[in-house]
Amino acid sequence: MKRTLAVVVAAAALLLSACGSSETLSGANQGSGDQGGQVVVGSADFTENKVLAEIYAAALRNAGVNVTVKPGIGARDVVIRALQDKSLTVVPEYTGNLLNYFDKTNTTTTSDEVYAALKSKVPSGLAVLDQAQAEDKDVLVVTKQTADSGVTSMTELGPRCQEFVFGGAGEWPQRWADKIKELYGCTFKEIRTTDAGGPITVDALRNGDVQVVNLFTTSSDIKANNFVELADPKNMYPAQHIVPLLRADGVSDAGKAALNKVSAALTTDKLAELVSKVDVNKETPTDVAAAFVKDNNI
Amino acid sequence: MIFADMFAWLADPANWTGPAGVPARVGQHLLYCLIAVAAASAIGVPLGLWVGHTGRGGLLLVGTSNSIRALPTLGLVTLLYLVAGGGTGPVLVGLVVLAIPPILAGTYAGVQDVDRGVVDAARGMGMTGWQRLWQVELPNATPLLMSGIRSAMLQVVATASVAAYVGLGGLGRPLLDGLRVLDYGQFVAGAVLIALLAVLLDAVLAVFQRVVVPHGLRVVARAAKRPASANRSSQPERTGDAGESGASGDTGAAGTTGESAAELAIMASRRETGGSER
Amino acid sequence: MDSILRYLGNAGTQREILDRLVEHVYLSLLPVVLAVLLAVPLGWCTHRFRWLRAGLFGVANVVYTIPSLALFVLIPAVIGTQILSPVNVVAALTIYTTALLVRPVADALDAVPAHVVAAATAMGYRPLHRLLTVELPLAVPVLGAGVRVGSVSNISLVSVGALIGTGGLGVLFTDGFSRRYPAPILVGVVLTLLLALVVDRLLVLVQRRLTRWARAGEVTGG
Repeated sequence: MKRTLAVVVAAAALLLSACGSSETLSGANQGSGDQGGQVVVGSADFTENKVLAEIYAAALRNAGVNVTVKPGIGARDVVIRALQDKSLTVVPEYTGNLLNYFDKTNTTTTSDEVYAALKSKVPSGLAVLDQAQAEDKDVLVVTKQTADSGVTSMTELGPRCQEFVFGGAGEWPQRWADKIKELYGCTFKEIRTTDAGGPITVDALRNGDVQVVNLFTTSSDIKANNFVELADPKNMYPAQHIVPLLRADGVSDAGKAALNKVSAALTTDKLAELVSKVDVNKETPTDVAAAFVKDNNI
Repeated sequence: MIFADMFAWLADPANWTGPAGVPARVGQHLLYCLIAVAAASAIGVPLGLWVGHTGRGGLLLVGTSNSIRALPTLGLVTLLYLVAGGGTGPVLVGLVVLAIPPILAGTYAGVQDVDRGVVDAARGMGMTGWQRLWQVELPNATPLLMSGIRSAMLQVVATASVAAYVGLGGLGRPLLDGLRVLDYGQFVAGAVLIALLAVLLDAVLAVFQRVVVPHGLRVVARAAKRPASANRSSQPERTGDAGESGASGDTGAAGTTGESAAELAIMASRRETGGSER
Repeated sequence: MDSILRYLGNAGTQREILDRLVEHVYLSLLPVVLAVLLAVPLGWCTHRFRWLRAGLFGVANVVYTIPSLALFVLIPAVIGTQILSPVNVVAALTIYTTALLVRPVADALDAVPAHVVAAATAMGYRPLHRLLTVELPLAVPVLGAGVRVGSVSNISLVSVGALIGTGGLGVLFTDGFSRRYPAPILVGVVLTLLLALVVDRLLVLVQRRLTRWARAGEVTGG
């Protein structure tokens, strides 16, 4: 009986120590977003953003900052919530969509206007650094066949929207359904949730489940499938330059300088190339990022 | 506050119409679940009956179905989607695979649980293997078999929402789409609807179970319950059974077979704990 | 096969997989430990105070119908943790596992023969002492089976957390899917299965150690 007791007590002690250690573990994670030593770079759940996060992380590391990366968190709402609750310190963002997120009434669309407006609208505690020349815009895309039937721009799409089923990420309707109606008089027959420019969206367009989808201009899928990008003459989608969004007190000046160097080196073509290395050649975002940082002496 | 958001979302008539409305989503979800559980039953029940009846391959079956339990839903559906090149079909196959273990285990445990004396008596009466299976073992196995099906159903209802990640419709949509924009109202509404659907389907299956479980078994169960109500856990009962019947697979259960019997008992009884894995 | 070897050949990838595996272990098994600590007292309460039974088992039933993803996301909203905190996944899985274990614990305690309890009482065991040294050890086989099911179930459930960025090996699934790259998914699935297998075997060993008495009885009793 004594033995059993010993075993039970030992097991209980083991269990207790196990949960004790885990508390310190999770405690460490919770504190990790705070300023000082540790910087946490987060990213949304698509390739380009993951690559950008790794580039930021590599640049920060070279500037002597202690960095961890939390990739693939989710859509903007979740990422920014995580930035605000200090789970994250820096994330790669896109000027236009970020501005629209902070300012629902925004009407500016050109690169410089958007960036100026964004700087003034970023909530206190957060900040944006320099924007890159590189841009990755939302773009509506149709198959070659649909384009040949006379839909090559959103103006031409407008009157025919009733014929088409649209596919895009879960947040698309909330962000754009009213705007596309207002600007182009477009009300789709149905808006179906696919994903944020990933395999489901591309497959749905390819096999005809949907006829119009929202992709991103750096996507390698557009060329690979002979899809046609629709022109957006009224600039529904604003300029969409890559920009680091961070907690203002979370990164040292040396770190900020490193991130600005990244923005200075980043062009749209370069970005598309990086994305395709990961998506098509199956290289890892970390390797691609390391090569980029090295090539550009950041 | 969260629940206020949920009621606001549920009260908005716009969320109740069209292909993304609540009725359409519930309908899709229901359809996926019924198809998946029906297909899983079509595979799991005959296989469980056969293994239980012949007593061959029981260990293998327990091992395999336990490993399937550990299969991560998200991994399975993403892999199937990529390998098959998209579409609803492969995702449904994933749901079927995940629904098979509880049904298989329930059926197998049900047949194993049949009093050996009853089976021997049937043999003594001159019944053939098939007759014993159909007229003795299957009817006696129905309570545990149905438990397995109910467990599978609960699991599929929950799992189907994860499959929304690879584009499946149904109630996973408001859940995932609400998550993307942190719309807690939509999100919680989706979760509550899934939970309600699970409870409802379970209730329907409970009624169905009352219909299919032979009257005689219920009488026996009630009689057995009264004196030994404390012994509801199947584990001690099984040990007792094994002691009496020399031929049962549980006897001499020095290690593995005894454990697997306990495991199966737990699996089967998990339906009663509401147990499901998603 | 080539693509898998190529995938696994990258040193960075290896390190990431290892990190994910460690995260997976801790996210899935810590809840089991916590759940045992919660379920034993709860199960004892339902064993002792039978009127609690219907209520507690009812709650456990309802808990089990809540989709896991919903729980992962709602917990930070309810208890105020950070949205990406691993605490959310741990708390959610602890709730599930506790719901799973309460009933087996109660049933196992119920099943301890009355004469054994009476004998222990007669020998002067106080209730707590009796629970820890007599009733609980006798409940180990049933509790152990529940723990094994709970562990396997958690190991498979953790990956859903990948949809909110905290998913252990599940992150390999979302990564592979978004790039149409089956290799990471396959590796993730295989590692999850292996992990479940290893943990299950270890639990069997622990259970055996804790139930020496059972085999001792078999040898002498036949």
